[in-house]
Amino acid sequence: MRHRQTIAVLALIGWFVALYLGLHALGIGGELKCGTGGCDTVQTSRWAELLGVPVAFYGVAGYAAILAVALVGLQPVWLGRRGPTLLLAALATGGVLFSGWLTYLELFVINAICRWCVTSAVIMAAIWVVSLHALRTTHHAPPSTTPAPRTDP
Amino acid sequence: MKRFYVMLGVLTLALVAMLVYLLQTNPSAPRAATEAPTTVIDDGFKGYTLGSDSAPIEVVEYVDFECPVCASFAVVQLPTIQQQLIATGRVRWRYRDFPLAIHKYSFFAAHAAQCAGEQGKFFEMHDQLFSNHGWAQTGQNPTGLFRDLAKAAGVDLARYDACMNSGRYAARIEFSRQEGLQRNVNGTPTFYINGTEVHSARLPTSDDFKRWVDSVATRRK
Repeated sequence: MRHRQTIAVLALIGWFVALYLGLHALGIGGELKCGTGGCDTVQTSRWAELLGVPVAFYGVAGYAAILAVALVGLQPVWLGRRGPTLLLAALATGGVLFSGWLTYLELFVINAICRWCVTSAVIMAAIWVVSLHALRTTHHAPPSTTPAPRTDP
Repeated sequence: MKRFYVMLGVLTLALVAMLVYLLQTNPSAPRAATEAPTTVIDDGFKGYTLGSDSAPIEVVEYVDFECPVCASFAVVQLPTIQQQLIATGRVRWRYRDFPLAIHKYSFFAAHAAQCAGEQGKFFEMHDQLFSNHGWAQTGQNPTGLFRDLAKAAGVDLARYDACMNSGRYAARIEFSRQEGLQRNVNGTPTFYINGTEVHSARLPTSDDFKRWVDSVATRRK
């Protein structure tokens, strides 16, 4: 349960970070608050869009999916099941690979670092670590309708 | 569990408040550097030049930093022209600002280049503005990006910020634009070779310039 709660909190924060970048991509809010970072360099590069959609919106969708799965997984009917844990791990793995690719582009292709993008990448990495930890440490009882046979004398 | 949902709700509210704050409190492009002043005085500046002062042929380019054709020319053709004609001492290339009214940030970009020029980095900034020309397509406020580009060009940002906020080169840029209007410049890039306007049905290439320069040099002999 703790794992899913932690993932839900992280995904909620990540969703807002991605939403901020997405709104900026739509021209809402003007200049990014980035200090002396290279947010605008990254956001105006050719890599700021993927298939015609601002990259930030992939983050918005990804975090929303993770948040939804985490919240559903916290419902009593799903709490003891392994499905949400597996799905969270799969989503987080996809997210961390995507974030890793974007971070690579920032460091070695665009040569500028967007602090908000790094924040998002760190959040996604944290979600991934927690989801893997959940896979390793959570032992779920298989759903069963018949009582286990007694073995004690 | 109930405590968790309360905490999640509080966190959501805090994040919404933060998002609203981030979206509302953003600095806009310094007004002084984005608009032409009402009175314009000639400060004697005739544009930054590339090449030898003693070069026999001068090309004047009226340029708009937001113009994609100017960017294409600067990135694709100019390096060859620099190599073949400017570095060899045959041509001196002079830049004059001609920010077009249809471009929202071209005056601002011209001012950014002038502020970099104040620190001896005009051409470095020119290259940055044209090599990273995505800003001209997004329509987004490029204030932060131009600071990044200025930094990449080796400009001292404290002095750059002071220059941009003061808008001290706005009159110079407007003077250059009015000079262009007087010379019948009606688009960018427009070129003059030793004072004669170049008429070309398409964007000139480095080969075109080599041919024209050869022709002018032959006539001068």
